[in-house]
This record gives sequence, C-alpha cells and structure tokens, in this order.
Amino acid sequence: MNFYGLVDGTEASLKKYLGALSGVDQVGADARAAMLATRSIKTTSKRWAIDTAITMVDLTTLEGADTPGKVKALCTKAVRPDPTDSTVPSVGAVCVYNDMVSIARTHLDLIGGQHVGVAAVSTAFPSGRASMAVKIQDTQDAIDAGASEIDMVIDRGAFLQGRYIEVFDEIVKIREICGTKAHLKVIFETGELVTYDNVRKASFLAMAAGAHFIKTSTGKVAPAATAPVVLVMLEAVRDFYSMTNVRIGVKPAGGIRNTKDAIKQLVLVNETAGPEWLTPSLFRIGASALLNDLLMQRMKMDDGYYASPQYVTID
Amino acid sequence: MEDKLSFEYAPAPESRAVVSIKPKYGHFIGGKFVAGTKHFPTINPATEETLSAIALGSKSDVDAAVKSARKAYVTTWSKMSGKERGKYLFRIARIMQERAREFAVLETLDNGKPIRESRDVDVPLAAAHFFYHAGWADKLEFAGLGTSTKPHGVAGQIIPWNFPLLMLAWKVAPALAAGNTVVLKPAETTSLTALLFAEVCQQAELPAGVVNIVTGDGSTGALIVNHPGIDKIAFTGSTEVGKIIARAVAPTKKSITLELGGKAANIVFEDAAIDEAVEGIVNGIFFNQGHVCCAGSRLLLQENVAEEVLSKLKTRMAKIRVGDPMDKNTDLGAINSHEQLLKIRELSAAGDLEGAERWSAPCELPGKGFWFAPTIFTGVTQSHRIAREEIFGPVLSVLTFRTPQEGIDKANNTPFGLSAGIWSEKGSKVLWASRQLRAGVIWANTFNKFDPTSPFGGYKESGWGREGGRHGLSAYLKGVSHE
Repeated sequence: MNFYGLVDGTEASLKKYLGALSGVDQVGADARAAMLATRSIKTTSKRWAIDTAITMVDLTTLEGADTPGKVKALCTKAVRPDPTDSTVPSVGAVCVYNDMVSIARTHLDLIGGQHVGVAAVSTAFPSGRASMAVKIQDTQDAIDAGASEIDMVIDRGAFLQGRYIEVFDEIVKIREICGTKAHLKVIFETGELVTYDNVRKASFLAMAAGAHFIKTSTGKVAPAATAPVVLVMLEAVRDFYSMTNVRIGVKPAGGIRNTKDAIKQLVLVNETAGPEWLTPSLFRIGASALLNDLLMQRMKMDDGYYASPQYVTID
Repeated sequence: MEDKLSFEYAPAPESRAVVSIKPKYGHFIGGKFVAGTKHFPTINPATEETLSAIALGSKSDVDAAVKSARKAYVTTWSKMSGKERGKYLFRIARIMQERAREFAVLETLDNGKPIRESRDVDVPLAAAHFFYHAGWADKLEFAGLGTSTKPHGVAGQIIPWNFPLLMLAWKVAPALAAGNTVVLKPAETTSLTALLFAEVCQQAELPAGVVNIVTGDGSTGALIVNHPGIDKIAFTGSTEVGKIIARAVAPTKKSITLELGGKAANIVFEDAAIDEAVEGIVNGIFFNQGHVCCAGSRLLLQENVAEEVLSKLKTRMAKIRVGDPMDKNTDLGAINSHEQLLKIRELSAAGDLEGAERWSAPCELPGKGFWFAPTIFTGVTQSHRIAREEIFGPVLSVLTFRTPQEGIDKANNTPFGLSAGIWSEKGSKVLWASRQLRAGVIWANTFNKFDPTSPFGGYKESGWGREGGRHGLSAYLKGVSHE
C-alpha cells in the first residue's frame, strides 16, 4: 500500500505526518458546534432531513442478550421501518456482533433487504484488548459470514501511550483482510481519547491507514458522539479530501437519540464537510432508539399531530 | 425519496407580530413621551420599508431634556441610596429579559442585523450590563475608586447605530449606577429600541427625568455636546466626529469619554489552531456585517501558513448565509444604511484601484435593501488605504508577515488601537504578543467576545476612557482615586 503517498509505513514518517497537524482549540470548536446547533430546520428541509437521516441509520443491537430472534426482528425493521408506509426508506445497515452476521445477512436477503448492509463490530469490540491474531481472526470470521462492513476498534491504550505506529499497523492489517469484500469503519472511542487534538490525530492516522469511515464511539462509553467531536472529524475528512481527492466517511455513534440530534448532525455535515457528504455512503449514524423518533416525527409532519408511540413498532 | 444532494434550509422567519411600531414617535422627556415637531423616516435596511417617523430633536427639546435630567438629579436620584438605585436597575434588567424577543425583533427590523445575533448577543448582553451595574450601585465605595467619589450630575450620551440597544446599555447602566441622570441620543437610523427602552423605564417606574431620550441627527448631538447644563459627555462613534466633540468639550469643564474607530489586527501565527482561527477571522470581521468598531478588519497571516488559511477561509466564507435578517438561519444581514453602503463601496473600489485582489463569497444578494457580500482583499500592504482606514463593513484586508516581530510591528502601525487578536497554540507567544500590542482589548484564540465585567476602550485615536468593569464605572464618577 502507498498510504496515499502521505506516509511510507515507517514510524518516522507517521510521526512527521501527525506532527504537522495543527492543534484544535477546544473553546473555539465547542463554540462553532454550539452555533451550528442554533440552525432552524423547518418544513420541507426538515422532511428531507428526516428521510435522509433514516437512510443513514446503522440500526444497532450490541447486547450480550442478543439472539437470532432479536436480530431477525431488527433486520425486518431495517428494511421496512414503518410497515404501514412504503415511502419510508430502508436504513443504511444493521450493526451486530460477529456471531449474528450470517443470521442477519440470511434474513435480510430472505425479506428483500439485499440493499441493506450488515456491519460487524470487530477486533475484540468494544475494548480492543486482545492479541492481533485474535483481532485478525475476529475480522476474518465476520467477512466469511457475509459482513459487508467492518466496524473495528483502535487500541486506545497504544494510542494514549503514543505508540501510533502500532495503531496504524493494526488498521492497515484489518483493511487488508477487508480487501474488496467489506468497507472498514475505524472506531476511536472518543470518550477515551478525550481531547480534540487526539480526535484529530486519530482521524488523520486512520484515514492514511486505509479507513473508509471514521467512527466516534462504540456506544459503550460516554460521552460519545458529541457535536464538537463530530465537527473535528468532519473537518478532518474535508481536509483529507483536499489533500488526496478521496472522500472518507464519518459515523457518529452513541448518544444520538432523537430527530433534533440527528438533524443537528446533518447540519454539521452540510456546513463543515459539505453537501457531498450527505449520503449514506459517506455519513452514517449508529443508533437504536433514534429510528423510532425519526418515524414519529415523520408521521407528525404528515398528520399534523403526534401519534401514540404504539403506532411505531418497538423492533 | 428525492434524489437531491443539497440540504436547502427552508425559510425560518422570526415572527414580527411581537412588536407594534407606532407610525410616529416623539421624545422621552421627564418620564413622558412628548411630541416632536419635525420628523424623519426610519427604514428597515433589508427591505427599504419605512418603519416609522422619528422626531428630530431641536434646541428646545434638548433644553427640556437637560432641565428634566437636572431636576431629577437634584431632587431624587442624587438623594436616593445606592441600594434603591440598584433596585431600579435590577428591575430594568429583568424587564429587558422578559421583553427580549420584542427587543430582538425590533433591533433586527431597524438595524438590519440577523435575528440570531440580536437574540443571542445584543439583547442578553444589554440586560447583563444592567444586572452587572445594578450590583455596583450600593457598593461604589468598595470599587477601589476611592471612598469620596461623587456622580458628575447630568450625562449627555450619544450612541451609534451598530449595536443600538447594547450601546445604550453600556452608557445608561453605569451612569445610573453611579448616580448620574442622563440625556441620551440614539443614532438617527436606529432609534426604535431606545424608544422601547423608554417604555421599559416607565414600566420599571424609574423616577421621571432620570433617563431622557431625545432622537435626532448630528445636529441634535451637537446641541447635547455643547449644552452648558451637561456635566459629562460620553460618545461612541467615528474618530472623525470624536475629534469634533473633543474640540468642542476641551474649553469646558465637562468630563468626557470617547469610544471611536478601529482597524484591528487579527494576527494568525504559524502555530495557530487553523480551523478555529478561521472561525475567529469570520467572527472577527463578518459579525454584525463588520459594523463593529473593534472588528478584526486587518488579517495578518504568517507567510508559511497564509495559503492554507486563505484557502480554508474562502471555503468557510462560501458557507456564510447572507439574506433576510429575520430568518433564524441568516449569518450576515443588511448594511445599516445607503450612506454606509456607499462608503463601503468607495473604500473597496480604492482597494481595487491600489492593486489589491478582491474575492467575494459567491452569494445571491436580495434585490431590495442595502447589501454587500462578504469580501476579502489579498495582497494588501501597509500603505494601502484599505489597510489604514476603517471600512466598517464586511470587508477584510489580508496582509502577511514573516517573523513574529514583523507581525507585531505591522499590527501596531496604525493610528487606531481599539482591539487586536492573537492566534497561537503556544502560550508563551500569546503572552509575549499581548504585551507588545498597543490596543485596549486583546483577544487570544477568540474574537469579539464581550462581557460587562471587562473594561473596553481604545489606545491612540480609538478613544479616551473605558466602558465596562470597574474602569468603566470610574468614568461616571468624579473624585476617583485609583487605590
């Protein structure tokens, strides 16, 4: 791999590449995100945003208690979020643990959901604390089972220790396994990286290493996809595009629970990376509860009143 | 779903139903609205719609206002305890908060600034100034200004059109807290929120004559400045008019403070957080259409990051939403008056003529009203007019420097000295630079941030005295000894 000509795979070149990044001023980033949160999205633009957000949802279940039945229900919901309204689009993908991938893929194909992807969380999700051999096997299993998207976690311990080259090499290896079969999303767990400088550094590291998407969080650690963190990542993909002419996707996950939050995310995308990113191939939202709120708001826009929650299906 | 890529924000207009504008206004003298004689129109600069007719204050109006202010000072306000004065100020602050939407909508209609700014900046800050100064009213002897301070008496205050209500608050709140009474003249194009403030004074049952508002143009202002019954003059406006006022006041016993023009340097060093610096540059010059005396109108870029900053700045500027100020998503509103628009055009044309390169954000400007697209000039040098004269519009002059010292030298090479900005992630450089800069307000890694506790004012031709904080309070007291 040539890493877009940005690094040559050596630690020295990676250090130079990351060292050239400018810092992020926390107060300024917070202020910009807060300003964009004041955008007032109404009527036709709200309707467009709701449908767009639905197509970007990675409908997720990542529980120890997951069963084939639960995953099949999730897949059904993913293909047809509102059984009473065929104009509601399908979501982008379902996101499950490794052992549920083949069940999800088979069921999706069975019910006409070939267009809905299956994302598998990988590399000893959520902690990433396993040997490289295990992480490789974990990923290989998911791809063999039919995953079209791999959501890997980085080794935050190594990152915080400054062992960037190890983090980089892991991403490179997992990307190699993904090959052309699966898209790679790299999860930073920004709640553990803490500073925006780290988020920016991790973004550029992962993009050079071959990530197709950069993703905020596992959903297991709070805070997760805060607006300023997503802002910093969107700035990173925008700048990476101007350096390489390649568009990397962004996936906020965790903490985006209602339509208002989702629309704020779309505003961030629109005014930071730009409208080119407003597509499920470049922006996803990892969520579980969000989908139903989007459906409720959609019904409200059509009917003029809030329906009882019983009019949306729980799974 | 529709296959469209762009996220068009549907119009999100704030309702103007919350305000009722009278067809004609008089002055507010002695606690009452009194009819004027001659009137002039005030318009909405975004639509050129006439909003109302404003009275042109004459000599007899100013005489009546000064007389009423003197009477209130002698009989009521100077005798009242600080604690009681403070209660009135707290009451005014609370009513301003309660009527915040009304103030914001009226300000936006009359001034042309975006509702987002009047709602989120002007009105909350104006109320904050009254809250802050209300707290000082009964604690003046503990302000570190000496224990035998006294108010001046009657203060004549002349305010500009860029932040009509906020500048009123900056003037009226400290004057009243210190025990003065006031005669205030709002700017001729933006009188409406001052007249709404007069209603608030009535609602707060402020004793008659403590606040008097006489509307009018420069001739009315001159009557106030030259009135023998006034003890203190406070003016915010252009350096040109400030000099005239200084000359007029010099042979008198009047005390004076002036907040004048600026040509602030916003200095971006190579080690700045670039994305946030770009936000700060945008906020520095395009906030309030650049109608800001402390605007960061001279961008000084270190040459090794100049290209990157400029490219990011242009990308960011293309996202600025220009248009209907009443729309909640508008970032840049209308130029306040036709006269100001002509001035901006004239100076921009001078920039072209002197060989600077103009770039304007691609945006559609409304057909009616006064508009100017956000614009930058690159290739500007110290000897260009647009590097020296205040444009007071959404026009940024971009200069470069090679070493930190050269940046500082260029920043200080101006007759003005109101504000400056420093962008660097290196703390020692920020401290070093802030000590070298000759400006009253220096922002580090931010710009255009205001707070009633922080003194604001200029060096050199940017003004005399300070407003805000304990320093601002001292301008409304005599016998001040700095302990």
